[in-house]
Amino acid sequence: MCGIAGLIHRGKSSNIGAEMTAMLRALKHRGPDSTGFAVYGEPSQADYVMRFKVAEREDLESGIAIHQQVKDRRQAVDRRLAAIGASVTEAAEATEYALRYRFTFDGELTELARQMEDIEGVEILSIGRGLELIKDLGDADDVSGQYGLGSFSGTHAIGHTRMATESDVDIRSAHPYWAYPYSDISVVHNGQITNYWNKRRDLERCGHRFVSDCDSELLAVYTADKLEQGYSLEESLHRSAEEIDGVFTYFVATKDELGMAKDTMAAKPLVLFESDDVVAIASEEIAIRSIFPQEIDTFDPYDGEVRVWRA
Amino acid sequence: MQEDRSHAMGMHSEQLRGRSQQMFFEPDAEENFVYPDAFEVDYNKRTEFDAKDMSAKETNLKIRALMQDGHGTIVVKNPMARHAMGVGILNRLNLYFEGSLGYFGVGVIDGPNVRISGRVGWSCAENMMAGTVVVEKNAGSLFGAAIRGGDLVCKGHVGARTGIDQKGGSILVGGDTGAFSGFMMQRGRMVVCGNAGHNLGDSMYDGTIFVGGSVKSLGVDCVPAEMSDPDRAWLKRKLALYGMLPAEGIDHFRKYIAGKQLWNYDNLEPSEKKLVL
Repeated sequence: MCGIAGLIHRGKSSNIGAEMTAMLRALKHRGPDSTGFAVYGEPSQADYVMRFKVAEREDLESGIAIHQQVKDRRQAVDRRLAAIGASVTEAAEATEYALRYRFTFDGELTELARQMEDIEGVEILSIGRGLELIKDLGDADDVSGQYGLGSFSGTHAIGHTRMATESDVDIRSAHPYWAYPYSDISVVHNGQITNYWNKRRDLERCGHRFVSDCDSELLAVYTADKLEQGYSLEESLHRSAEEIDGVFTYFVATKDELGMAKDTMAAKPLVLFESDDVVAIASEEIAIRSIFPQEIDTFDPYDGEVRVWRA
Repeated sequence: MQEDRSHAMGMHSEQLRGRSQQMFFEPDAEENFVYPDAFEVDYNKRTEFDAKDMSAKETNLKIRALMQDGHGTIVVKNPMARHAMGVGILNRLNLYFEGSLGYFGVGVIDGPNVRISGRVGWSCAENMMAGTVVVEKNAGSLFGAAIRGGDLVCKGHVGARTGIDQKGGSILVGGDTGAFSGFMMQRGRMVVCGNAGHNLGDSMYDGTIFVGGSVKSLGVDCVPAEMSDPDRAWLKRKLALYGMLPAEGIDHFRKYIAGKQLWNYDNLEPSEKKLVL
């Protein structure tokens, strides 16, 4: 049981960071282990924003040496970025282990990501022109406060509160997942995927990378694989409802779209509110009501239903 | 010992005829049937309160305290889609929610008449024993899970697994239902005025389902049946009671019942088992 939420404003920006924090706060009872946000700001044409971590949070409690290692890893990242031709214009650290770089780069993103992740302990959470992917242990208020999300303005966002069932409680297994190596694509999921290992083997054989043992990561990799083959987001979602077994509801966000898919058993909850200027979806209505206190008309999408909205 | 108890409960003579409610007490005494610790309430004594800043527990305790004071009509404003609102009411009561409820809304109730002006989440009125619940907008999945009696009405669309494990009573839906509606239904009646999703009445043991629109697919052991005159009369009366009688009448409704193939599943030959599933 996890909680997922998505919000998209049509044609305008809003205080999406605070709104998503409020939605995930209302869903805290569905999963207290970790909280994640994928928020989409105004896309920049010139540069990328990269969120990455150089250690897990629990690693930092394992001795003094780790602090030096974290510094060394950061320097290695800087060196490699310079070597590959990316020029960092802004470097900020939200915590000692999680960093945010803004950089300009004209080359192949896959090569950059590969070079970065080759460094021990370094894992890219996201790369995007508008996407900022933030995930950490703790509830929505903890994570939002720690990473300063309260003032983030953007068009759309997805979020997740996790109750760990399939893998460890760490940042690696927290949602949302970035669809490596595609910029600006992120996935959140609620459910269990029963043909995870079969599908994972298939995708690994095609050269895709998995960083965790969490079944939800499959959906991010699956989406990346389908987009690579030239499918649209909507086609990818439709195919996933047929090809992936288990009970699931998941959202995919791209730089200007938000999509949802529900399994053919309709076993996982989802409530949808749609109006001319905003669409809000969440595991429970209570999350939607946390940003719309007035009376609104909501409904449950049916089994196998797929929808895509544009910002 | 077990036999004595089942005899005492009247189960040895009980016959499964698909009637809407099992009665273990004298029909004549039904009118007077109240719980020993039920509150004396007066329907004309009306009160209302705003639940905007109250938790579900505080709201439920407040409803109980008001019933204790003899209020028979209670209006709850701004329930804010909270979970488990108005649960466990074993009393006569008119209860109005002006707004939407979350999960397990008015679950495990026996007796009250509830009207909800908004939407309800998953498992509305699960395990209801008696009374009426009317939802004006849409409902989530598991609407009326395992209800044993009473009337449960949703005027909008409902989600998947409506009336799962239904053991009595009536579920009326004005719009469409999702997949697996009437799953493992054991008794009672369900009416869907709109379309039904995949696997309608899957593994149902008994009971009746009426569908006004199309059915995507029937589940295991659910078969079409012929409408009888008492069926039509019942359908007309029930739908009219809640203002849901379609203008074109009820002739387009179709009836679905259990094929009763699963009844003796364990005693079937292996080859026959395959045919059932």
